[in-house]
Amino acid sequence: MSASDLLFHLFAVFTVACALGVVFNKNAVASALCLLLSLVGVAGLFVLLDAFLLAVLLVLVYAGAVVALFLFIIMLLDMQGGDRKKFTKATVVSSTLAGGLLVTGLVSFAQRGQVAVAADVPVVGSTLRSYAEQLFTVYLLPVQIVGFLLLIAMLGVIVLSKKFEGLDDIK
Amino acid sequence: MSSLPLAAVTGAFQVSLHSYLYLAAVLFAVGFFGVLLRKNTLVIYMCLELMLVASTVALVAFSRYNGVLDGNVFVFFILTVAAAEVAVGLAIIVALFRRRQTVQVEELNALKN
Repeated sequence: MSASDLLFHLFAVFTVACALGVVFNKNAVASALCLLLSLVGVAGLFVLLDAFLLAVLLVLVYAGAVVALFLFIIMLLDMQGGDRKKFTKATVVSSTLAGGLLVTGLVSFAQRGQVAVAADVPVVGSTLRSYAEQLFTVYLLPVQIVGFLLLIAMLGVIVLSKKFEGLDDIK
Repeated sequence: MSSLPLAAVTGAFQVSLHSYLYLAAVLFAVGFFGVLLRKNTLVIYMCLELMLVASTVALVAFSRYNGVLDGNVFVFFILTVAAAEVAVGLAIIVALFRRRQTVQVEELNALKN
């Protein structure tokens, strides 16, 4: 077993364990911190897949911005220690069943799928230059659309965050 | 230096594409399970993010094992859209909390009946 195999298994177990931590933690803050660790594990997997830029971006965007935003909102809303009510048995049984069925389906899909993979594929995604060439030639229109989407999202958040005071009919 | 394969440093690249796909499937299922199980809207949202990240793992693995860059570029766009989506979703949750004083889904049943 080579070092990259060992690292893959290490990161995979770490990521899934932290993901389970997100689901099972009673405290929402602890869930957010588990999400952070899980994302760090996924960033490690990206490094193993030679996608260095994406690993850095994942840590910057998700761990830096998104999880920080989650923690900010959790502390702003100040919920009384996460879940107050116990899970009903129906919820536990049905969600376990649905999760198990989903994982069975996806695993069998991955197993039976005929994926033709060359044994020694050249690495193409490791430099910023290759991303820039793709983004500004083939994917130029999506880049523009995503920029516009970010603008719309920003405006939407501003509108949503405003207090509706003069509009009684919304109540 | 056009490329820097990590396998040159850490040894031969032996983990198969299927391993990554299994991992992505399990991660997605864990997120899905969390969405169904939890009652707190914020935790449900975190599990949704987990599902999104699981799909990006599969995309990057496909891209790496086929020697193309398109999957990685798609993950790039997913990250951007996810950032926007989180901002809007959390703004909606805050607006909801302001109006209803709760984020527990079983108390948010205004559309029931």
